[in-house]
Amino acid sequence: MARIDSVSELEKYRAQLVAHRDPERKAISVCTSGCIAYGADKLVDAFRQGLKARGLDDKVDVKTTGCHGFCERGPLVVIHPGNLFYQRVQPGDVDEILDETIEKGENIDRLMFHLDDGTVMACEDDVPFYKNQKRLLLKDNSSLDPYSIDDYIALGGYGALGKVLAGMKPDEVVTTVKDSGLRGRGGGGFPTGVKWESCRNAPSDDGVRYIICNADEGDPGAFMDRALLEGNPHAVIEGMIIGAFAIGHPGKPQGYVYVRNEYPIAVERLGVALEQAREKGLLGDDILGSGLSFDIRINKGGGAFVCGESTALMASIEGDVGEPRAKHIHTVEAGLWDKPTNLNNVESWANVPLILDRGVEWFTAIGTGDVRGNPWGGSKGTKIFALVGKVNNTGLVEVPMGTTLREIIYDIGGGIKDGKEFKAVQTGGPSGGCLPADKLDLPVDFDELTKVGSMMGSGGMIVMDEDTCMVDVARYFLHFLADESCGKCITCREGLVQLCSIVDRICEGNGKPEDLELLDELSETVSEASLCALGQTAPNPLRSTMKYFREEYEEHINEKKCRGGVCKSLITYSINDKCTGCLICKKKCPQQCISGEKDKLHVIDQSNCIKCGVCMDVCKYDAVDVN
Amino acid sequence: MSHPKKGDKVTFKIEGRTYDGRYGDSLLEQLRKHGYEVPSLCYHEAVSPYGSCRLCLVEVKKGKKQKVTTSCNYPVQEGIEVFVNTEKVRRYRKVVLQLHLSKTPKSKAVRDLAAEYGVMETPYEVQEQDKDNDCVLCGLCSRVCDEIVHVSAISFTGRGQNKRMQSPYDETAEACIGCGACVYVCPTDCIGLQESDGIRHIEKWHRDLPLQTCEKCGKQFFPTFMLMEFSKRTGISKDQLNICPACRNSVV
Ligand SMILES: Cc1cc2nc3c(=O)[nH]c(=O)nc-3n(C[C@H](O)[C@H](O)[C@H](O)COP(=O)(O)O)c2cc1C
Ligand code: SF4
Ligand code: SF4
Ligand code: SF4
Ligand code: SF4
Ligand code: SF4
Ligand code: FES
Repeated sequence: MARIDSVSELEKYRAQLVAHRDPERKAISVCTSGCIAYGADKLVDAFRQGLKARGLDDKVDVKTTGCHGFCERGPLVVIHPGNLFYQRVQPGDVDEILDETIEKGENIDRLMFHLDDGTVMACEDDVPFYKNQKRLLLKDNSSLDPYSIDDYIALGGYGALGKVLAGMKPDEVVTTVKDSGLRGRGGGGFPTGVKWESCRNAPSDDGVRYIICNADEGDPGAFMDRALLEGNPHAVIEGMIIGAFAIGHPGKPQGYVYVRNEYPIAVERLGVALEQAREKGLLGDDILGSGLSFDIRINKGGGAFVCGESTALMASIEGDVGEPRAKHIHTVEAGLWDKPTNLNNVESWANVPLILDRGVEWFTAIGTGDVRGNPWGGSKGTKIFALVGKVNNTGLVEVPMGTTLREIIYDIGGGIKDGKEFKAVQTGGPSGGCLPADKLDLPVDFDELTKVGSMMGSGGMIVMDEDTCMVDVARYFLHFLADESCGKCITCREGLVQLCSIVDRICEGNGKPEDLELLDELSETVSEASLCALGQTAPNPLRSTMKYFREEYEEHINEKKCRGGVCKSLITYSINDKCTGCLICKKKCPQQCISGEKDKLHVIDQSNCIKCGVCMDVCKYDAVDVN
Repeated sequence: MSHPKKGDKVTFKIEGRTYDGRYGDSLLEQLRKHGYEVPSLCYHEAVSPYGSCRLCLVEVKKGKKQKVTTSCNYPVQEGIEVFVNTEKVRRYRKVVLQLHLSKTPKSKAVRDLAAEYGVMETPYEVQEQDKDNDCVLCGLCSRVCDEIVHVSAISFTGRGQNKRMQSPYDETAEACIGCGACVYVCPTDCIGLQESDGIRHIEKWHRDLPLQTCEKCGKQFFPTFMLMEFSKRTGISKDQLNICPACRNSVV
């Protein structure tokens, strides 16, 4: 079937798809997003070949899906029906899976998830990592084939669009989004419906309004937008079509997705999805016979972190250098090519069909605060976090707004690696703040995070353990941001370089007591007097660590001590009397500065030691100390 | 919501006094027009504002919100209240000037401006690469070259600390007609224009252009390349342009 010409035809088409689908049909879903890094593509080939060899290739589907989330245990495979969950699957396991699980219906114990007490969790939904989440946006990622628009439609996809086109006015859609309390997932948390309304109301002489999806995702370590685009591109497209109707109809709405250059799979899958949507008449002229005309183009990113900033992004689409400009006249009024422009993040767009489909009441029941009459009154819906660092279960986590840091890090993340103590969590990407243990019970939403000096940002979450030096953490992010500064304004370009150089000298043991005051003054100026949010938020890691971990700065400066044992200039390695004289460290030391005879206590010659830590890593007897 | 258009009449306040202006006017220009002193390095009324030197800070109250902002790129709007000399403005401006002193330590223009605001030294380190470079990256030269001369011979390259104002690949700016407009607007006089032996030499853009000899008085005046470009744009024949402005005026 080619073009679908009306909403009722769409529903007929969906009914046919569902009727022809055998719910008992077997399918093997392999994450081919992040798990590619663990060789998931080889796994897919092995499944396809194995099925062919058994003559099962037309009875069992192999689906290359988006990220399932539990990256720590990748490559991940889910077998349908039943959502049987296999982890760390290797090509060598494929024959066994086909023989035992597909053909005989037997589960393979070795590949299943086990709790610490040995209990087996067969089904994906029972694994604590998933069970404690609320996966509204990511749930279809482990069953949906992103290359198949029929998969999406069969699951109800484009139903929200149908509902909108069949029975709603653009204004009603705007009001619905406004009432839902949806706030932008790209960082700022600006109420989406309010933005839509301003863009709709802004005058455009020729009726052109741009509807843009920000998929630049430049935060190192963040990959939620990638997971959505690679796993469920039609959800984002559907959101954008609804947006085009609400903001730009009747008129000439035009769409762009600005995708990060380093995301070739996302670009490919999005491209295929757009083409399929066009074939079905869901994009292009007179969508579903509604009179709405809208299409979406892909624009590959400029390759710099700052290109994700709204005005830099628009300059980049126009073909200029991605450099931010002042936003005193908002982009909703004069954005891309000076036309009214509505920019939303991937995750924001993906929420739109859900809201239109299930309604305001359902959506506002999830999350914090009260948004009735005040879109800033709370944070509604879920948020996806990229949980990384010193936590047992790293991966993508989707939880209701208001879930506490403790629930995310311990119940879902499984606590700190290697039984170490929690020290801090950084939320919000490179310019987020670092929060200490006494903030673990903070409900995570836009306003709570801002109140304590951090931010939601795009949803990065880096967990740090007791062996972290907080001054070094601030130093790391300052250097990252100084390198990513576009260099336009002096406060950010020069200010960040100077913040780096002061923090560098503190880490090197050359800090002076008055440096803390200087850091305070300079970081406040950078925040308050820089042109765009990169500069304005760049001091966050510094300011939050100076606030919550000030004693570490003081120790570095006054006692020349680094309690995390990280700052090389401030630490010494020494060998204690647990040393058995096994000779290993002596052999491995790159400086050959360890002396000692077999079975005798070894000694480090401090004058030659470069503090590489190798001795500590290789000693099996816990005989090397750092202080 | 009503949408004001550029040029609409608006009323706003500076330090409590009411003024009339037009929506979209540069606030910095309005401030200066009404006699308020605001320092700047990257602004020139002939070209669009850029907002890079962060010196023209003021506080603006709009609705309930009051915040520090640069005034050059702030469009005057109905009902705003502007404060030019608040504690925050003074404090941040001091730090901005200190940063300028560490960025362009040798520039006389920068040192004089800092001194005017009582900033004589900087607590920040001078980076090695900045020691002999007086360019404040204000972008005035390229904006003049783009917006007025319409030649776009030079541009910014790189980002962060590696940002530079350059000719393409830092080699000869082939498009440069040698008009000298950039030299004229550069606030720190760091582009360098010399004339000797019949050649106009623009140092920063590595451009050497032979000067035209006036057919009447025999003096050298503008670069021949520039006259050719003018001739192309205006349709005035090259022969007419081969006479220097002084002689041309005396003929008429
Ligand atoms: C330096 C910088 C980088 C940014 N990068 C992104 C990004 O990669 N993706 C994104 O959606 N928003 C990013 N933003 C935020 C955007 O400017 C913009 O606020 C957002 O895309 C709006 O969409 P939303 O309202 O749906 O959040 C960035 C902002 C800054 C200052
Ligand atoms: S704050 Fe930084 S990134 Fe933003 S415009 Fe200024 S220099 Fe560029
Ligand atoms: S830290 Fe490195 S250099 Fe120093 S003693 Fe140990 S192994 Fe040798
Ligand atoms: S590795 Fe450990 S136990 Fe062996 S010699 Fe070195 S310090 Fe002693
Ligand atoms: S001298 Fe050259 S670079 Fe300078 S404004 Fe004229 S054409 Fe442009
Ligand atoms: S050369 Fe002069 S005008 Fe051009 S950016 Fe540098 S300081 Fe500004
Ligand atoms: S004059 Fe306004 S920032 Fe330079």
